[in-house]
Amino acid sequence: MPAAKLFRTIVAAGLGIGLAGAAMAQDVVKIGMILPMTGPFASTGRQIEAAAKLYMQQNGSTVAGKKIELIVKDDAGVPDNTKRIAQEMIVNDKVAFLAGFGLTPLALATAPLATEAKVPMVVMAAATSVITEKSPYIVRTGFTLPQVTMPIADWAYKNKIRSVVTLVSDYGPGIDAEAQFIRTFTNLGGKVMAELRVPLRNPDFAPFLQRVADAKPDAVFVFVPSGVGAIFMKQFAERGLDKGGIKLIGTGDVTDDDILNDMGDVALGVITSFHYSAAHDSPANKAYVDAFRKANNNLRPNFHSLGGYDGMRLIYRALETTKGSTDGDALINAMKGSKWESPRGPVTLDAETRDLTQNVYIRKVEKQDGQLYNVEFLSYPSVKDPTKTR
Amino acid sequence: MLTILFDGVAYGMLLFLLASGLAVTLGLMNFVNLAHGAFAMAGGYLTAVLSNKLGMPFLLCLPLAFLFSALLGAALEPTLYRRLYRRPHLDQVLFSIGLVFMAVATVDFFFGSTQQFVRIPEFLRQRFEIGGASVGAYRLFIIVVCGILALALQAVLTRTRFGSRLRAAVDDPRVASGLGIDVNRIFLVTFAFGSGLAGLGGALGAEILGLDPTFPLKFMIYFLIVVAVGGTTTITGPLLASLLLGIADVAGKYYVPKLGAFMIYTVMIVVLMLRPQGLFARAGGR
Repeated sequence: MPAAKLFRTIVAAGLGIGLAGAAMAQDVVKIGMILPMTGPFASTGRQIEAAAKLYMQQNGSTVAGKKIELIVKDDAGVPDNTKRIAQEMIVNDKVAFLAGFGLTPLALATAPLATEAKVPMVVMAAATSVITEKSPYIVRTGFTLPQVTMPIADWAYKNKIRSVVTLVSDYGPGIDAEAQFIRTFTNLGGKVMAELRVPLRNPDFAPFLQRVADAKPDAVFVFVPSGVGAIFMKQFAERGLDKGGIKLIGTGDVTDDDILNDMGDVALGVITSFHYSAAHDSPANKAYVDAFRKANNNLRPNFHSLGGYDGMRLIYRALETTKGSTDGDALINAMKGSKWESPRGPVTLDAETRDLTQNVYIRKVEKQDGQLYNVEFLSYPSVKDPTKTR
Repeated sequence: MLTILFDGVAYGMLLFLLASGLAVTLGLMNFVNLAHGAFAMAGGYLTAVLSNKLGMPFLLCLPLAFLFSALLGAALEPTLYRRLYRRPHLDQVLFSIGLVFMAVATVDFFFGSTQQFVRIPEFLRQRFEIGGASVGAYRLFIIVVCGILALALQAVLTRTRFGSRLRAAVDDPRVASGLGIDVNRIFLVTFAFGSGLAGLGGALGAEILGLDPTFPLKFMIYFLIVVAVGGTTTITGPLLASLLLGIADVAGKYYVPKLGAFMIYTVMIVVLMLRPQGLFARAGGR
């Protein structure tokens, strides 16, 4: 008798908890954000988390009558972790969105889960072109490498640079950047003298730079992850290539706002193309940078932070459009074609590719108020990912 | 061509400085200290903090980096390491790799995971021509410093009383202490000195190799390769091995950039196939 009673009590209690849980789930929308918060790519994670929190602080945490709950978890930049955490978030936390994804392999590992669970996956940082093609539930609020590479290749040719050596880190984004640069530059009539691929974990650039020095091109096009870019630039100057008349051009990863100021004067005059600079001259950006610095101990926001900030905006707007419904297909449809004015300039989430169409700027590193900044001097308006436009 | 050779030598010298401490602890004291890179990182970060935040001249930072890492080694040797001398190698590996992860996390916590930059003085950033080769002042400086240190180390180990005591203490600690040699003290000094060398290497190498919290993990493999190829009996072994690997690495990346990253491993495999004990093997021994 007592056993049966106990059993009934447990069932009743279980039901009670289940019902309460269901009731709560209706009012709360969870966003599962997976970021590298430790390890070599922690700065990406910190920038995105800070920006996402800033967005919630500025816009409140209630959308369409739902309370937004942001869950941030650390994958330390390891794809297996990302996938496991995503699975836990989908199954246990019942998240309505997956977000974050600091590196290409992390996004690729999670893509099949998004498809299977029909959960929108907002990629905020990973930049290899192919990512959005891996699941119809992926949208990207960062950028793609071909997108930011095309303008610098175009600019280089139009500014009397005829021969280039490309030097990229040997992994997905690097190869993307290399391919796009060569395509655009040779189509215009420029000559690529050598294509150098540097191992990702490369301690010393000396031999590669010597190759560049011997080839004597007009410019060297470089893509390396942001921290490594600083070492590259120092050795570039140390080898006297800048004085030898070889220009350094690249994508904005090399002059990442997060560490640009610590690089010292070797960075001065480097020309890069990118979709965001903290020095972007607009009232929206000024307000963003001020608010970001204030909330984060005077940290300068970089391009990754924008991916996080605009990603949150996309999520908020999608929920407004669906009136709080968390149906995956409805949310993705609501996101497609969404347009807004970001601190980086006007952006549109392209309905077909689910990548942002955005302005790409050509910038030069200059000193402003004693600090190094990427100062924009030319804009390529509304650039789409060129590998996806045929 | 000469420039490549020169860069290779500079890179090799740097590897030697970073790995020589490990050669000493592993070869002479027979202790597998995978945490060696952590001492190098300590020296590097000290230099970054002193020169960037406090504006101390770079050349003054170098001896301080040596001292700092040496003191760190001196503090950890009697408290942690000494207990493990007699334990099997697996215990030593597990212990020291644990230390590495702790060091990585600690540095990440205090300094963040971004690259640290050491600003070197203007006169070391010059570049000039010597006999047709274009030579960077900083790399030349590295070669000179490391060359002097290598000679000094070799002299200390083979010519001085301390060197012979050290070798005696390693060969048979019981008999050595029976003869009145303070084995603990000798090990302490040796360990501290090896750590100090690593610290100096970290400070000198930050400019070329970069400096972030994963430094000890990133370069652990290079240290181990140097020690494995060079053998652990002498200082000349690791020195020659470092030079060989440095030149092979730089030349490989220059001439066949596609294979460049593998060159260092290819050299290691070839050397170990021909001479499994390393270039300079200890005759007999353990």
